[in-house]
Amino acid sequence: MITSVLTELAWQFSLLSFLAIGGVNALIPEIHRRVVEMEHWMTDADFAQAFAIAQAAPGPNMLIVSVIGWKVSGVLGALVATAAICVPSSVLTFGIAHIWDRFREAPLRVAIQHGLAPVTVGLVLASGYILARTADQTWAALAITGMTMALTLATRLHPLLLLVAGAALGVADFV
Amino acid sequence: MSGMNTPAAPTQQPVDAPTKRGLFLGFLMVGLQGFGGVLPFARRMLVEQHRWLSEREFTEVLSLSQFLPGPNIVNVSVIVGNRYRGPLGSVAASLGLMLMPFVIVLIVAALYARFADLQAVRGATTGVSAAATGLIIATGLKMAQALKGIPWQIVLCALTFIAIALLRLPLLWVLAVLAPISIAIAWWTIPR
Repeated sequence: MITSVLTELAWQFSLLSFLAIGGVNALIPEIHRRVVEMEHWMTDADFAQAFAIAQAAPGPNMLIVSVIGWKVSGVLGALVATAAICVPSSVLTFGIAHIWDRFREAPLRVAIQHGLAPVTVGLVLASGYILARTADQTWAALAITGMTMALTLATRLHPLLLLVAGAALGVADFV
Repeated sequence: MSGMNTPAAPTQQPVDAPTKRGLFLGFLMVGLQGFGGVLPFARRMLVEQHRWLSEREFTEVLSLSQFLPGPNIVNVSVIVGNRYRGPLGSVAASLGLMLMPFVIVLIVAALYARFADLQAVRGATTGVSAAATGLIIATGLKMAQALKGIPWQIVLCALTFIAIALLRLPLLWVLAVLAPISIAIAWWTIPR
């Protein structure tokens, strides 16, 4: 039973590793689709919590994958899920870094970069939409999302400061 | 294959090429500092602090990392590690990057599970999720500005959003259809 869950974690997240164009932020809708809608490993509320916990720790934003692995199958699950999301793409990167430089000026390389850009942006915006739907269950939470977005666009405030402000409003029972 | 032909290949060697231990420790510090985005801290460590990469080399490594799938910053550590110490250098750099954030996030998750009954803890989590969601939307909008209003790019961006966010189609299918179309349009429209 445990091993079948671990195998499933490894399989799901190593597939996602190859699809993570534009980083893990762009993957959130697909992770949500698989983990909540298909596998029923967690609820919408669990998913929003996992996202918040990942944001509360330093480091790459892919940590949501570690938290999901932990929720599904403990520390071993976290290790398996984290390795599964990192290793396949890292091996690919390792292989491609050797040949990429030879094509520095190649038109195809430029076309690939320009072509993937709008798709990546669409994916990140979709992540924001899915997260708003799962995380913002109240008007107050939606207001925090809106304010954080506006402040990020209009000022140079450190992201951590905005997260702390969100936490403080939450503790003060604003949400 | 010491990685001399990678994008990070410098025009001249820095005074002190990092050891595997140096790579591990350098990226360990980046992992510990990187709240709300690791990239600025990685740039500071690689370019300003240790001078393992020049500004131009960093931009090249980053653009390759963003183009390839996977966590961008992990890809950066793989490329830089390989550039100086080969495959084991990649392992040292990426393990250094991931180690502390992984341990810390599990401690936070365990603490959360233990104290989730407290109203204050639940409130804080809800507040952090809401704020972090705002950060992601803002990131997406900033990236959208970089598309500079090129009509076909905006259409492709909108199609991707509709397919993923509204129709909830599988990512693999969406990428398999939209990425080749988008690359093909880029191929025909970019002046060469």
